[in-house]
Amino acid sequence: MPERFREDLCEPDRKELAEGPAYRFELDRRQWISSIGAGLLVTAAGKVVFSPGGASAQVRPSQRLHLGEDGSITVLTGKVEFGQGSRTEILQAAAEELRVSPDVLRVMLADTAETPNDGSTAGSRTTPSTIPVVRRASAAARELLVRTAAEAWNLDASELRVEAGAVVRAGDRFSYADLARAQRPASTVDDSVPRGVPLREVRNWTVLGQTLPKVGAREIVTGAHRYPSDIVRPNMLYGAVLRPPSYGAQLESVELAPGRELGAVVVRDGEFVGCAAKTSYEARKALEAISETAKWRTMAHPPSEGLGAYLKRHAQPSAGGRRGARRRESGDVDSALAAAQTLEASYEIPYVQHAPLEPRAAVAEWDQDRLTVWTGTQRPFGVREQLAEAFRLGADRTRVVVPDTGGGFGGKHTGEVAVEAARLARAAGKPVSLRWTRAEEFAWAYFRPAAAFEARAGLSGEKILAWDFTAYNPGTAAIETPYAVPNVRTQYIPCDSPLREGSYRGIGATGNNFAREVFMDELAGAAGLDPLEFRLANLDDGRLSAVLRAAADRFGWSASKSLGRNRGSGIAAGFEKGSYIAICAQVRVAGGSVEVERLVSAFDCGAILNPGNLRAQIDGCVIQGLGAALSEEIRFAGGMLVNGSFARYPVPRFRGTPPMEAVLLNRPDIPPAGAGETPIVAVAPALANAVFAATGQRMRSLPLRARAA
Amino acid sequence: MARFTVQVNGNQLAVESPPDRPLLDVLREDFDLTGTKYGCGEGQCRACTVLIDGQPTASCLTPISSVDGMSVTTIEGLASGDQLTALQQAFVEMDGAQCGYCTAGMIVEATALLQRNPKPSRSEIVDVMNPHLCRCCGYRNILASVELAARGWEANDA
Ligand code: FES
Ligand code: FES
Repeated sequence: MPERFREDLCEPDRKELAEGPAYRFELDRRQWISSIGAGLLVTAAGKVVFSPGGASAQVRPSQRLHLGEDGSITVLTGKVEFGQGSRTEILQAAAEELRVSPDVLRVMLADTAETPNDGSTAGSRTTPSTIPVVRRASAAARELLVRTAAEAWNLDASELRVEAGAVVRAGDRFSYADLARAQRPASTVDDSVPRGVPLREVRNWTVLGQTLPKVGAREIVTGAHRYPSDIVRPNMLYGAVLRPPSYGAQLESVELAPGRELGAVVVRDGEFVGCAAKTSYEARKALEAISETAKWRTMAHPPSEGLGAYLKRHAQPSAGGRRGARRRESGDVDSALAAAQTLEASYEIPYVQHAPLEPRAAVAEWDQDRLTVWTGTQRPFGVREQLAEAFRLGADRTRVVVPDTGGGFGGKHTGEVAVEAARLARAAGKPVSLRWTRAEEFAWAYFRPAAAFEARAGLSGEKILAWDFTAYNPGTAAIETPYAVPNVRTQYIPCDSPLREGSYRGIGATGNNFAREVFMDELAGAAGLDPLEFRLANLDDGRLSAVLRAAADRFGWSASKSLGRNRGSGIAAGFEKGSYIAICAQVRVAGGSVEVERLVSAFDCGAILNPGNLRAQIDGCVIQGLGAALSEEIRFAGGMLVNGSFARYPVPRFRGTPPMEAVLLNRPDIPPAGAGETPIVAVAPALANAVFAATGQRMRSLPLRARAA
Repeated sequence: MARFTVQVNGNQLAVESPPDRPLLDVLREDFDLTGTKYGCGEGQCRACTVLIDGQPTASCLTPISSVDGMSVTTIEGLASGDQLTALQQAFVEMDGAQCGYCTAGMIVEATALLQRNPKPSRSEIVDVMNPHLCRCCGYRNILASVELAARGWEANDA
């Protein structure tokens, strides 16, 4: 499948960042030294090939599993680990089907020279697409082990079982290492293993479905793990890059000599200006010296004040293509509205910054015209293409390795830091490590889109008859209402955005769900119903109703209505990427601030792969959502951020983390969906609705600005 | 440039450096101790926390000249060989790390806290840890890790 279609499948939200390379630079096949030893490579479909190991080992896209002659077992995927637990869950999936103890396995992630291309690590796709592929390859390897042993021992394969990584018979043992050695004939391609070896049923799981300590935790707690910003190469220099003083500013002139006089390597290539030196301190000093000489032509840029109106004025209703406008209609919305009691409201959300704790970082190293870059990106193969394009290299000369990285949340899909480090390394003739500063990460990464919404609905009694929803710029995720409404019109209109936008946890689902779930609360009020009852009355999706009921039960929803002045509870739900969330929250409004007193979520993502990791993901996602609901808002004026630092852009901290509980609804009968994104979508509307219950003030924009009554 | 000597994790180390260079950079770039992290460079995230003569300090704001002749403990200096400290072990057991980028700072800070006060209340832990930012927002598991270690230390003392 071509790269772009694969990406498309991974995250169909129209706000997914898609832009050309950041820079246009003027600027004999050798196998990568493989860390994969001799043994067998197994595909998900059960094809097996002998790998001699070492420099001539070649992993092809479909190869998922390596069984070493030395007894090592390696799972190969192009996914990345950014803290969401993919490494551990992939390991569990393989261990389950191979029938081995998880600690004998190794998971190799995201190395474009060694692992298959699994697209981006985004859109919660690791669980529904990568886990099954790893399970199938592992089941195929297990089946091959059984068959080979059966043949050797002249027994019926159905009499043999794999336990602890081997088939055992009266003192005789045949392991995966034996299998790897038995399949010696050079490059045997074995088609004898049938497709579709059955996977272990959920009720028989022994490794999946369990909480497993995080793989690599020991390296984390001892400081031994090397994140992208920690990679060190021989003779490596440290880099720093010149940034414009404001968005859209063009470099007119700059003197490079002041930087060179300080001993730094200085390079200018078109708009790119950067320095590299023995220490990051020296690189920064050289950059400062250059920076003082730079002349810029600035450009008018709108302020964040009045952003919603700006977006509507710059709407692109006729924009076409995959990222263009979209309109869907079923039933007859206008007639239904004309005949019903109608209500309408507008909503807004600001830009927010992911601000992963590790800023963008890359180490680039050239070997003649071959490039290797270690970097923290959610799209290793996409960044390889960016590098290949920027330096006019073949993909086979460009290698991207993604060490487990310090957070992303959808914010690290791009490869600008990789390209910059590679450009500096090219000029220096040495490896270069480049780590963006926090200020750069705030200003020059990309943002969760800002958006505006217009909602209109027609009610008849407790039922919604018509639903008319227009979303300006948030993206398309979760734009369709999950409620049962006979007449629905949904429009998505992209806008000319003042800031660079891209993915985020849930992307469009955060804004679309905020507007919808607050509007549902307003409609409940108009219908004279309890917000929970009103939602249930308009739902025919059993799973969404179930999470709503579960959250409300645990929270004690009916009992917590009258909480007195400035205290109240709210409820909201959401469905996105195959999983369901409902949240009940209780708030107290004091002065101008909203304190969350307690919060209960209920979540259903199908069969649970690792309950401990799932709880951690829900926790993190919900608390990150508290930030977007209560304090996070990117502000800008004069072409620059006015709050581009942690001092001015408050994010959630220990204090303010409310007592929380998550009810997990396990559905062993339903294939698992990802969980790292969906919980966030119900946080802001639940809080907004709680503020209304507490103060009577309707919250229609984020972050919430409430005043005690 | 001047010469500075620092005792890092028990080893006497020397560096030629401009006096205002941050300790964080020296640890990471000169001493190859990359366990201490950069998160903001301005005292707002505490990912860079190390112990200076036993005091938790933001190494990004600490010029190398100010620690000349002093002792510095980083995350790499806590475990003895393969033996994790009770607190490190608690972080493993309670899933105290998501991406783990904030973890070094958290563990170094909490190590000092538990030395000062082996049985901190939850609100004491929150007060001390609050300047530390975890953008994965794994605060609850981090608190649970520190609390588990505190209980463990209590048991050992008894
Ligand atoms: S890096 Fe030192 S406080 Fe953030
Ligand atoms: S675990 Fe990622 S920042 Fe704390």
